[in-house]
Amino acid sequence: MTDPTLQLEGLTRRFGGVTAVDNISLSIPKGDIVGLVGPNGAGKTTLVNLVTGFLPKSSGRVLFEGREISHLPPHLIARSGIARTFQIVQPFAEMTVLENVMAGALFAGQGGTIRQASDKARHYLEFVGLDRFSNYSASDLSLANRKRLELAKSLAMEPRLLFLDEVNAGLNTSELDNALDLIRKISSMGVTIVIIEHVLRIVLSLVKRLIVLHHGAMLSDGEPSAVLKDPAVVTAYLGTKFSKRHQAESEHQREKLQQSLERGQGPA
Amino acid sequence: MIAQYIVNGILIGSLYACLAVGFSLIYGVLSIINVMHGSFVVLGAYITIYCTEYFGISPLIAALIGCGIMFVFGFLVQRYLINDLVTAPIFITFTLTFGLDLLLNNAMIQAFTATPRSLTLEYGSITILGVSLSIARLGAMVLALVLTGLLYWLLRHSQMGRAIIAVRMDHHAARLLGIRVERVYAITFGIGTMMAAAAGGAMATVFPITPLLSGVFLGKAFVICVLGGLGSVPGALVGGIALGLLESFGAIVFGSQWSTTVGFALMILVLVVRPSGLVGRKGFE
Amino acid sequence: MMADPTAPIITPTRVAAALLVAGVVIAFGFSANNYLLQAGTTLAMSAVLCLAWNIVGGFMGYPSFGTAAFFGVGAYAGGILQDAGVPLALAWIGAAAAGAMFAAFLGSVLLGLRGHYFAIGTIAVVEVMREVANNWEGLTGGAIGINIPILAGSPREVGIFFYLAMWALVAATFALTAAIAHSKFGFSLRCIRQNESAAHMVGIAVFRAKCAAFIISGLLISLAGAVYASMVAFIEPKDVFNILLSIEVPAMVMLGGAGTILGPLIGATIYILLRELVWVNFINFHSAILGIIIIAVIYLMPEGLVRRFHAQAWSKLTKRSPSQSGAGS
Repeated sequence: MTDPTLQLEGLTRRFGGVTAVDNISLSIPKGDIVGLVGPNGAGKTTLVNLVTGFLPKSSGRVLFEGREISHLPPHLIARSGIARTFQIVQPFAEMTVLENVMAGALFAGQGGTIRQASDKARHYLEFVGLDRFSNYSASDLSLANRKRLELAKSLAMEPRLLFLDEVNAGLNTSELDNALDLIRKISSMGVTIVIIEHVLRIVLSLVKRLIVLHHGAMLSDGEPSAVLKDPAVVTAYLGTKFSKRHQAESEHQREKLQQSLERGQGPA
Repeated sequence: MIAQYIVNGILIGSLYACLAVGFSLIYGVLSIINVMHGSFVVLGAYITIYCTEYFGISPLIAALIGCGIMFVFGFLVQRYLINDLVTAPIFITFTLTFGLDLLLNNAMIQAFTATPRSLTLEYGSITILGVSLSIARLGAMVLALVLTGLLYWLLRHSQMGRAIIAVRMDHHAARLLGIRVERVYAITFGIGTMMAAAAGGAMATVFPITPLLSGVFLGKAFVICVLGGLGSVPGALVGGIALGLLESFGAIVFGSQWSTTVGFALMILVLVVRPSGLVGRKGFE
Repeated sequence: MMADPTAPIITPTRVAAALLVAGVVIAFGFSANNYLLQAGTTLAMSAVLCLAWNIVGGFMGYPSFGTAAFFGVGAYAGGILQDAGVPLALAWIGAAAAGAMFAAFLGSVLLGLRGHYFAIGTIAVVEVMREVANNWEGLTGGAIGINIPILAGSPREVGIFFYLAMWALVAATFALTAAIAHSKFGFSLRCIRQNESAAHMVGIAVFRAKCAAFIISGLLISLAGAVYASMVAFIEPKDVFNILLSIEVPAMVMLGGAGTILGPLIGATIYILLRELVWVNFINFHSAILGIIIIAVIYLMPEGLVRRFHAQAWSKLTKRSPSQSGAGS
């Protein structure tokens, strides 16, 4: 039996008086697509920062494919096979689109020469549909394309685990459909994907497993329809008053929940 | 005697605080390192010296005149020479103010010559509890502290002061609130220049001034601000007094020629260990 | 700054140009009078300093004002070794090693600092080093400086020797710079300059790269300092730990174009030729003139000459102007 791609044991991050990530434990098998959701400020991005080594943890362990990576610096974690996109895209603004993706290919994955990285970069630019912009400056792209660039850059690293952090924010409907297609294609290549989203509708079309975070703690983890019925989840998104008044399961309640989540609302 | 060293340290330290507070404020609000600061101190000193000697007025008034002139000077320099580049990367703004300083310093050397000048004040000294205090230095310290305190008070209680603090915290948000950020920049720079001039005027009563000293003053401003926390007025006060005491005692332990080095070495240490300074976060008041 | 990252680095045109420049330099060395020879040597030294600074300040984007610190360390290391009887070449190697070690130590301390603090830190180092040299009389002779053994040979022969030595150093430094610019290492430095978080994310060992760049740069600057010391045969702290050097070098590079390969050479050439041949007549106004140049460059041409004059070629090669719809699909 192969090790799960990602295992978290009691992962916690405290600073000041705030517990941003509270004792999270989970296990993600190879090849899964998992949705990581929760209201704003729930700790989703912090969790990713902890796993990828951008933030030090207060306690807990992180295991990648059975190996402990808890104390590795970010670049070694990247080279182990974990990639992530940033919520606010982080391109190398003065480089061309091609060079940006080359950056992903040069240092992680199998590395290689600049020539090899260039070829690999073209391949991934084609994959995400940006190849005709290869020689544009990265800062000249539209937001949607910058997100695709970020994706191509991550793919060039040939990761086995990919964190997509709000990669769909700011996209219109057709852009969104393209993005979702891309993600499905990536998953079919065997990459384990964790999608962070706070608009539920998007995630529901992709994932078979939902993990809900709130105030840094794990609220629920399981099959989407079950998770959405969980009263704790409803409370988190819609408030205690609402939840108490509508304790009984009802289609109406679920619809309301879906709608609110689609609009991106929820207690701040 | 220990008490004497402590008193000396505090006397000179308050001048240092006044010297640094303008530099710190400019950094906090505009995020630029004003390399001209040292030259502003020297210029203020010269204005004080000349006004006192040619018009026969009290050095205090002369220093205040210097403040007024330098405020306008600083305001204009920022408004017309620096403002367009305030948001440029630090390398650019640093080199720009360095270039401006080269020009200013060279002009001062041509105008004033490098011969040291000072104010000879015959106010004598008093002795309290065995500690000797020169009246002139005491007066200088009072001037420096009063102005620093005034600045602190104005920042918190006047409208412009609050605007300055707002810009320091977040200039984007401040702009959205309707604050004229460019104006605040110019005024802040003017205030910083003015404080430098005041410090210069105060220093003129203590030791001889020459344009060649501008680098020394700038260096002290660096050290004090890093020690106390760049951007903070109380920090400049703490840092200034700390440096004054350090130099006073350091002179005994290491010999006076090492005191500047010790100051800089300490600064590097603080930069690495606690870049926000001994007092704390940028601009926290 | 690469139009096509996979284009060959060594082209016939470039080789021809290099040979031409080498020819001119050597011919000049043997035919110029002493004054011009001296100016040529100074130019070479500045070129080395600029190229070396460009690695940290241009490629990597860390505004170092510590050039004078490394220069002084190299000058003193070389001078002290020579004084102790070490042969010239070994003394220079020793100075380079000293520079590298100093850079390693300093880098581990300062490279964690961001922007402003890094700049201030490097300036402080220059000041501290100067005072250390001033006061540590046992090692450095203190403020009176040290005399260094002069080379055997006529003044003209010695002059030509140092001229050629400096230019050889320029050639080596230039080749190194070009090699770095086209390598993975150089690529990683560019990434670090533009976005350190993203650099970590793609797997670049950022701290290690920063240290490597710092060490290479420091080593070269120290080496230049050692050659300078041997040449002038007398050094004192305020001469070699001179903060003005720390400002002139970045200004020269900025004039030529920080982060480009030719920029440091062009900036150094223009500035030094002007300084040695024109402003030497206005010695009182030297610093004012430097100030004006700095201000002018910043206001009129902060990107530097190389980029300004390449702009035409550049836009044809890289930035096809995206359509008004924002290059979206």
